[in-house]
This record gives sequence, C-alpha cells and structure tokens, in this order.
Amino acid sequence: MTRKIPVVPCSGIGKSLGAAAREAAYILAEDLRPADAKVVALALLVLGDDEARREVAGRAAVAIDGCKLECAAKGLTDAGAAEVRKVAVFDLVRRHRGLKPEGVCDLNADGLKLARASADEAARIVDEIVAEDGRA
Amino acid sequence: MPNLPKRKIGLISCSGEELPEGTVTRRAVRTVLETLRPDDTVTLCLPLFLAGGEGERAFARHYPTIAVDGCPKRCAALATEKYSAKPAASIVVSEIAKEKECAAIGTARRLNEAGLRLAETVAERIAADTEKLLNMKSRGR
Repeated sequence: MTRKIPVVPCSGIGKSLGAAAREAAYILAEDLRPADAKVVALALLVLGDDEARREVAGRAAVAIDGCKLECAAKGLTDAGAAEVRKVAVFDLVRRHRGLKPEGVCDLNADGLKLARASADEAARIVDEIVAEDGRA
Repeated sequence: MPNLPKRKIGLISCSGEELPEGTVTRRAVRTVLETLRPDDTVTLCLPLFLAGGEGERAFARHYPTIAVDGCPKRCAALATEKYSAKPAASIVVSEIAKEKECAAIGTARRLNEAGLRLAETVAERIAADTEKLLNMKSRGR
C-alpha cells in the first residue's frame, strides 16, 4: 500500500492566516486528495513523537505556513523530511488582493476562500510528488 | 530582558491538528482571550514557541502559563517545560471530556454541538485557573 504524503500546517493561533493554513490542510486531506495526503500534527512532530516522525523521515512533505516564520517548514526539516515543499499563505493573500480574511476559530468567507486557494496550491504540489514517485 | 506586558497569564494550546480535542483546545483558548478574560490573558503560539520564538519563550519563563492539551501526550505542557518553565496549570481536554461523559465531539475540522459545549466548559476551566493564578500573583507581591 502506498503511503500518504505528510502535510503539516502551522495552525498558528494568533492570526487568521494560521487558521487558513489549518483549514487548507483539512480541505486538501479530506476533500481534494484524500487518497494521497495526510495531516500530521506539528506539535507532535517537533516534540519527537515516534509515529509522527516516522510519517515524515526521509520523505517529501508539504508545509502550509501562515506567516514568514515558516514554523511548519522548519518543523518538517528538523524532523528529517527529505524534501519540504512550501505553501505560503502569507504570499497567497498578497496574490488575492481582494481577500480580507478574519477570524481564527471561525474564518470568515474570505478566510475560507484563501484556505481553498492554499489547498489548491497544496494539491498541485501533492500531484507533482505523486507523479515523481511514479505512482500516479 | 524583553519588554513584557504586566499581570498577564499566557495560554498555550496544543492545537493538535489530528484530533478534535486539539480543535477544542484552540477554540477554548480563543474564547478566554476574546471573551472571558481579554484583559488578563495572552496566547502563545505553540508552533512559534517550538520553532524558537524568543519572545514566546521569554514570556513563559517570566510569567505564569496555562497549558491546554487535547490528549495525554501533553505537547503544550511538555514544550513549555522543556523550553521555558513548568506551566502553572495544565488542562487536558480528553480528561474533561471523560469527566463530562462527552464521547463524540465531531472532527478536527468541524466540532459538533457536543464539541462546542466541551470547548465552552474547557474555556470556563481556563478562566477559573486564570483567576486563581492572578490572585496568587497579587498575594505574592
């Protein structure tokens, strides 16, 4: 059985962009690419949880970050991911200038649109990894 | 020493993305921050804390914190203790869910009604701990 590609969102609690990153990971893993992507919890990964680290070590993974500090990407690198491909929600919001995401627990409509745009980008990355793995 | 706010309690939620209990921690902490104790609390971003955010770590070294975890792995509490200082209080959502006999709470993406009620209960518990810690601080000064 082919293993799913690990996807780690930052889930930052202070900003809407972190919430959009989290929502994007769920859209990707539950709606867009349920057969190919799996959400892995960042806190578990960074604290060295064996199961979380096994999901990531030596593999290509997707980081979805809400801010420039890129905590998810750093966490994946530190956990031994062979390659970290990034979705930068903070860049995407600049490219979608009309969007004004608000809310953390409950994103507003613009926040959900941004999450969807981020998930679409992540899905493209997942497709690339799947194609490179030769399992498409 | 960084310029730190006065008389605040730091709230650190695990925000665990894999479990609905992680979503409960997140919602409960935001409820305390936005509604129940907005003047007395700040949230510390766990991913940033783990990635080496010096402002977050310095706060947790010098001010009381409440760790709010979804499951017994207690990532928020362990991270706070590892990188700063032992949290002044620690709450585990799965334990409160057991106390309240709250079984199905929805998914990590969407809590159901029971999950939303559980988040309210956890928020009240955090607010009560915040009150206790602020009183202890006042008496200690």
